[in-house]
Amino acid sequence: MSKVLVVADNEKVTAELVNAAGEATVVESKSAKTIAEYATSNGFSAVFVAATMDGKELAGRIAIALDSGIITDAIAVDSNFVTTQSIFGGSYTVKAKVSKGIPVITLRPNSVEPAATVPAAIKLEGDDNSMVTIKSVKPKVKGARPELTEAKIVVSGGRGIDGDWSNVEKFADSLGAAIGASRAAVDAGWCSHEMQVGQTGKTVSPDLYVACGISGAIQHKAGMQTSKNIVVINKDPEAPLFEIADFGIVGDLASVLSKASELINARK
Amino acid sequence: MKIAVTVKQVPDSWAEKKFISGRVDRESVDAVLNDLDEYAIEEALRICEANGGTVDDGGPNTITLISMGPTRAQEAVRKGLSMGATNAILITDPALAGADAMATSEVLAKAISDGGYDFVISGVESTDARMSVIPAMISARLGYAQLTFANKVEVDVAARKIAINRITDAGQVEMEANFPAVISVVEKINEPRYPAFKGIMAAKKKEISTIALTAQSGTEVIDATAKPARAAGVKIEDDGSAAEKLVNFLAERKLI
Repeated sequence: MSKVLVVADNEKVTAELVNAAGEATVVESKSAKTIAEYATSNGFSAVFVAATMDGKELAGRIAIALDSGIITDAIAVDSNFVTTQSIFGGSYTVKAKVSKGIPVITLRPNSVEPAATVPAAIKLEGDDNSMVTIKSVKPKVKGARPELTEAKIVVSGGRGIDGDWSNVEKFADSLGAAIGASRAAVDAGWCSHEMQVGQTGKTVSPDLYVACGISGAIQHKAGMQTSKNIVVINKDPEAPLFEIADFGIVGDLASVLSKASELINARK
Repeated sequence: MKIAVTVKQVPDSWAEKKFISGRVDRESVDAVLNDLDEYAIEEALRICEANGGTVDDGGPNTITLISMGPTRAQEAVRKGLSMGATNAILITDPALAGADAMATSEVLAKAISDGGYDFVISGVESTDARMSVIPAMISARLGYAQLTFANKVEVDVAARKIAINRITDAGQVEMEANFPAVISVVEKINEPRYPAFKGIMAAKKKEISTIALTAQSGTEVIDATAKPARAAGVKIEDDGSAAEKLVNFLAERKLI
């Protein structure tokens, strides 16, 4: 693959971008215009950015500065910069390419393995949003658990947890998993919207997704059905999510989760 | 205040979406106003109500909905009008079918700049394309301040200033800027109102002006393939041994 300019994000995601790029130069900058100028004047063939909330906005501005096409949320990119996307909640696979300018592509976290070595990032100064005054910045406090969109395993709770996260947390921690939620759990006020998996929340595609007490509205499926393995635990045997479960358990959440956590911890 | 709110008609979440010749089939599915745009309309209404009301209630403020889509998108736009927006502009041109983010942001930016609004409010994404880039791209095209992913918006009309709290995966940032600006609001910033009967009747008389604008896309779809539906695997009733069977399943799949 020809020379790719990678825009740095967090360490793990940057390493994934580098691996997808093959031959990569990494830059760190908040200025889309500066990144675009650097890409043009150094003859880069494409610009890769992480498909995080901040990354996608920056990529959009880079595309404007380059007058290039932009593709977001790619899960793979080939050597001709043809991208693969999984859309409509994973019901379609789309191959697309940028037909105008230097391709700007954002890659969804957790789609490719991180590269073993990452070149040091070149810092580029500049700020395109200088008309905005920053009053305060509160970086997200990194919890003990992995980020929802980057986790290899996600355990989610829905209406069936009835506001009690203790068993979901215990099970998630036995697996080193991130915790997600259905819209019903968010609407009930049991957790923050940032934890919502589904159409108007996060899209996740982990190696394992465990849905606890989630019936499986189409909006929820849209955010998780590309997970490699799906486990569903629900006391309602008619819950629609069982239709896409690799392993389904009809039973009491508290008892199954609690016992399973102990068994997993005993294996360590 | 003159406020613009960008809105989009999208296939209903419940509809089975499909592609025809590399484009999303928008003809054969039920279409609705993008859920997330309702939060933008509601926020615009609240800002107006806190500052003397919209012209509908005899106040000084207007809310113009701006949408790109086929003629049929008038239905979705009409819903926004029934919530209380003042009027609407629908950018429609057969050449815009299948428009990507470059083309969409170009025509929306053109319509916004022609209208001379104090600021623009958008939802964070459309539930069909889910790119989440249009507000940032409009802001970059017009050189307006970018105040996106807001879960709180405060407008000081006299000072022509907007303060927001931005919330993303990276954390929270309190930021402010002068008019003009592009704001995007996250879900749950407010509780969008249901259109009242009076609003629905009033919306029938409100103006949706149609303008023809077009722009080139910068991407092309090479292939779109429907994935086979996921099949169900094992399903067991817990007789006391389900936890153990689950752990065995996870071990077999090398997940633990």
